[in-house]
Amino acid sequence: MFDIKDLYQEVIVDHNRSPRNFGKLDDADKTLEGYNPLCGDKLTLYLKTDGDTINDISFDGSGCAISVASASLMTDAMKGKSMQEAESLFNDFHDLITTDKEADLEELGKLAALAGVKAYPARVKCASLCWHTLHSVIEGSDTPVKTE
Amino acid sequence: MNNQNTAKSVNSDSSTFDVEKIRADFPILQEQVNGKPLVYLDNAATSQKPNQVIETLDKYYREYNSNIHRGVHTLSETATAVYETAREKVKSFVNANSTKEIIFVRGATEAINLVAQSFGRDSLGPEDEIIITELEHHSNIVPWQLLCEQTGAKLHYIPINDAGELILEEYEKLLNKKTSIVAVGHISNALGTINPIKDIIDKAHAVGAKVLVDGAQAVPHTKVDVQQLGCDFYVFSGHKLFGPTGIGVLYGREALLDAMPPYQGGGDMIQTVSMTKSTFNALPHKFEAGTPHIAGVIGLGAAIDYVNELDLDVTAQYENELLDYANEQAAQIANLLFVGTAKNKTSILSFTLDRIHPHDIGTILDGEGVAIRAGHHCAMPVMERFGIPATARASFAFYNTREEVDALIQAIDKCINVFG
Repeated sequence: MFDIKDLYQEVIVDHNRSPRNFGKLDDADKTLEGYNPLCGDKLTLYLKTDGDTINDISFDGSGCAISVASASLMTDAMKGKSMQEAESLFNDFHDLITTDKEADLEELGKLAALAGVKAYPARVKCASLCWHTLHSVIEGSDTPVKTE
Repeated sequence: MNNQNTAKSVNSDSSTFDVEKIRADFPILQEQVNGKPLVYLDNAATSQKPNQVIETLDKYYREYNSNIHRGVHTLSETATAVYETAREKVKSFVNANSTKEIIFVRGATEAINLVAQSFGRDSLGPEDEIIITELEHHSNIVPWQLLCEQTGAKLHYIPINDAGELILEEYEKLLNKKTSIVAVGHISNALGTINPIKDIIDKAHAVGAKVLVDGAQAVPHTKVDVQQLGCDFYVFSGHKLFGPTGIGVLYGREALLDAMPPYQGGGDMIQTVSMTKSTFNALPHKFEAGTPHIAGVIGLGAAIDYVNELDLDVTAQYENELLDYANEQAAQIANLLFVGTAKNKTSILSFTLDRIHPHDIGTILDGEGVAIRAGHHCAMPVMERFGIPATARASFAFYNTREEVDALIQAIDKCINVFG
């Protein structure tokens, strides 16, 4: 049995109520939209990069607490990361919410608060929408991301 | 077998309505979800099935499973007879003139697609217009959009007001002699609004248009008389009527169906097949190509027997009282916004909570054993109209209770508690 507060941890409630890095980055050099057609969650990621480094990152859009908190935590974690570090974190986070592999909690930091999502298969997409969008940006895609 | 006429003698005073006796017919209502008793309030998505339906399906598969309309052996004759008896039951249920007017399909969606393609594709052109409404769910929008793309016909929407009611003055402005088809939901799935379809049908007929009524949400809540309504097509799904999934009904006026070309080709819908040409079977078989969902049809027949026994007038009164109680309780919750407040509506409570997304509400309620729908209800234009991405929707059936409404309200309080 899962306690609902394992999913809606304080850090998630907080990042949903006051999302960090929320709003458009005017001098972004990379932007991409992500959309979850099943539930209607929508977000746009804005990245300011310097060659290989994510100097700044923000998002806007609308969605449930899980998707907003996930995007808020992800953007916080990405500032100053190289593309390779970002991709590595994407893989770790993906494992955290979809597999039983032991996660590197130290590397994940606050992102580990989203681990509870694993017990709610219908909500995994909410947490991963922003991550799949970032992954597409890193891969150089300009096609809006859709999760099904 | 058909109790429709005798059931009317049941006392329609819902104070004599024995909900516990009815609940005992639905085994799933004894289930626990996340350690809590199941409170099933997602009836507009699909309804639960009574023992009478489950046992009918079981008996078919155990005792007389066989193909229909083609065997000379005993099982096939039995299955054919029960299948065709179910068609008689559906005919009486909607008061069609003839069983030739009752076509079995997969569900309301397939029925609408059948009409759009078989009736619409050959007869419509760029000068024609189709009218639907802002209340429709996607299955009564997309088939008409496809038809418009194929024929060049134009699609118009009857708008709704802030209560979620159709604005009939706007409908009258949209109607003209180019209007070929009016397709309207009898009851809105997202908001519960009951549309004045008799009036809508009469006005459409005055300009020579044909009318399809999507009754998917209506048949579990209200008696339907297609002859009294005068509609040309009426469609519904079995699974929302306490029957199996994968089975639905298209009612069509015989003269219209007779003139329409087949929708799909295959076995059972033909009279003769040669290498070069086939001739088609008579109604209703012309539209039932291939081996149909025999168990589904038979199960639907059992579901119709079940609701006839209860009497939809009696159950609707009980459901309305339950909705009144739910509305009163929900109105006590600060920051709860009702979406869809039509004067004439069925037992659907669609709402939002300030700063809490419906999907989070759905997950937290599920943790309390309360099953609701959270999302756009496959009715994105309705959501757009209200400027919201989604709602939380509790939809009640006659087996729900006041105690379950209380459980819903307590679970909503928990949402507010979680999000502070």
